[in-house]
Amino acid sequence: MSDERSLSYMMAFNEAVRQSMRADETIFCAGEDIGAFGGVFGTYGGLQKEFGARRVVDTPISEQAIVGLGVGSAVTGLRPIVDLMFMDFICVAMDQIVNQAAKLKYMFGGKATLPLTITTAGGAGLSAAAQHSQSLEAILCHIPGLKVVYPSNPYDMKGLMVSCIRDDNPTVMVKHKRLLGISGPVPEDLYTVPLGQANMLRPGKDVTVVAWGRMANESMVAAEILAGEGIDCEVIDPRTLQPFDTATVVESARKTNRVIVVHEAVRFGGLGAEIASQVQEEAFDFLDAPVARIGAPFSPVPFSPALEKHYVPDAKSIASGIRGVLGRKSPGR
Amino acid sequence: MEPNPDVLRDLHRRMVRIRLFEEAAGKLAEAAKLPGFLHLYVGEEAVAAGVCVNLTDADSITSTHRGHGHLVAKGGQFRPMMAELMAKSTGYCNGKGGSMHISSLELGMLGANGIVGAGSPIAVGAAFTHKYRDDGNVAVAFFGDGATNIGAFHEAANMACALKLPIVFACENNEYGEFTRRDHTMAITDIVDRAQGYGMPGVIVDGMDAVAVYEAAAEAIAFARAGKGPTLIEAKTYRFYNHHGVQNLGLKYRPDSEVEVWKQRDPIFTFEAQLEDMGVLTVDRREALWAELRADIADAITFAEDSPYPEQDQILEDVYTRMEVAR
Repeated sequence: MSDERSLSYMMAFNEAVRQSMRADETIFCAGEDIGAFGGVFGTYGGLQKEFGARRVVDTPISEQAIVGLGVGSAVTGLRPIVDLMFMDFICVAMDQIVNQAAKLKYMFGGKATLPLTITTAGGAGLSAAAQHSQSLEAILCHIPGLKVVYPSNPYDMKGLMVSCIRDDNPTVMVKHKRLLGISGPVPEDLYTVPLGQANMLRPGKDVTVVAWGRMANESMVAAEILAGEGIDCEVIDPRTLQPFDTATVVESARKTNRVIVVHEAVRFGGLGAEIASQVQEEAFDFLDAPVARIGAPFSPVPFSPALEKHYVPDAKSIASGIRGVLGRKSPGR
Repeated sequence: MEPNPDVLRDLHRRMVRIRLFEEAAGKLAEAAKLPGFLHLYVGEEAVAAGVCVNLTDADSITSTHRGHGHLVAKGGQFRPMMAELMAKSTGYCNGKGGSMHISSLELGMLGANGIVGAGSPIAVGAAFTHKYRDDGNVAVAFFGDGATNIGAFHEAANMACALKLPIVFACENNEYGEFTRRDHTMAITDIVDRAQGYGMPGVIVDGMDAVAVYEAAAEAIAFARAGKGPTLIEAKTYRFYNHHGVQNLGLKYRPDSEVEVWKQRDPIFTFEAQLEDMGVLTVDRREALWAELRADIADAITFAEDSPYPEQDQILEDVYTRMEVAR
């Protein structure tokens, strides 16, 4: 059965691009090292070989021009996929992303269409230090006009990437660097996972855990640990961060009466704050505890593995946070 | 390439259209009838007209904060332009862009732009589309001398040359970046020196001479259409009014004598004298043209004044192509 086929997160991305390009001649890819080399993470591997240098374009190291290439080609009728190697590099291209891509349609009175996909790699865990490890999704989600997706598994990666490419708006697809090698079932067919729809990874009755990207997987491990302590976690992966599926989270909150948001980005001003606020606005009377947040400390991502392992939330720290929401103590050693 | 009489008359008409639109916009701004910022193109008309006379609607241009002239030169109509400046729903952007974001995708005008230098990377994208489709069309990026000091310009110039895209970089060197003299912000005299660093031809033209701009642009655009890559044109010109608005807000940053010297070289009046000498334009015909276009402007102002403002429910419209609003 094709549904049983296993594929890596990285190759699920690659297959989404490949199959989409086969189906639509207006799609092209551009970015640093993505052509002959296949991208520093291998996510664009083999695409130039299949589609040629006309459709898989090696660009100069010029993030502003790379996104500008995407904006200008999208508004004139192509469907570009442009790659910003590391999520940290969106900062170099911020004018084109925030002031141009996100706003042209609105400023032009709705008369422009920007079917642009920006792909990038986020997240810590590789000792890549402060300029190659950030989780900056909250900044992007704050900008009207952008959509932001952050898949946690190969199935969602392929389906969400196809949706990003087909979407007529500027979307940012964040790949987590530490998830590139994980494998899971991925259908061979071209399918979509709709943008703006959360995924219930694990139903439960005691507490709602909202987490995306690598944190969704760490939260699942935490949920297994806690299951052994009699705590039944409901884990929700929003998958798309903008637009955010508030309804699914609120519905869960009304059932479990406790919510915790887990993200890899720093806690202060992170998406956890927005989600906590929305939950209390819409389900205040159902809550038995304040909505909790787990995130990174308010510092740049440290280089040393000795520091980084304490910086990024993991299953253990997430489990501890969940116990806190439930007023439970950690089991004795 | 010597322009024929039809092209000369076309150049003239485009320039007068720009002049009249801008003079009217300036008066409306002084009467507090236009909200927001206003950057007038008066004095620089020969550049937009000289370039755009070589283009069709299928060619793309990107513009600047001083963008009305580019849209008029590309075929923009007075009614939706004036309505946009007055923030009315009948404007080119339904009142959501205004002077600084005025655009018409049908005319290949991909927007005035409030961010200095931001148009060039977008023009690179448009040029990429033209090459990708092999449609024979080109992109022109208009920008000022000040924009050549921002990284986006350099990234765009380099990428366009590396990818050999059909694009013309049209620099309007008006000697001032906002309120600061150009020679205080760069150590070179000619912007065109920058072309060599990217491997493209560069040419200086007198930006007050419509025929000179037309000829240089014709050559650069033909070069691009033939698949030979980008060109940088530096048109030396001058803005007769302030960086924004009409008056200098009482602040002096340009000597009056300098402004006067440039005004002596008014691109429209010198051109008209030339055309009359050549027998291409008669006094009667000139006067009739100005009268006809003045009537068009008056009509556009009435149209804009009579048009409604956008309704409040428009705030959340057009954020996304298929409406999805964050809650």
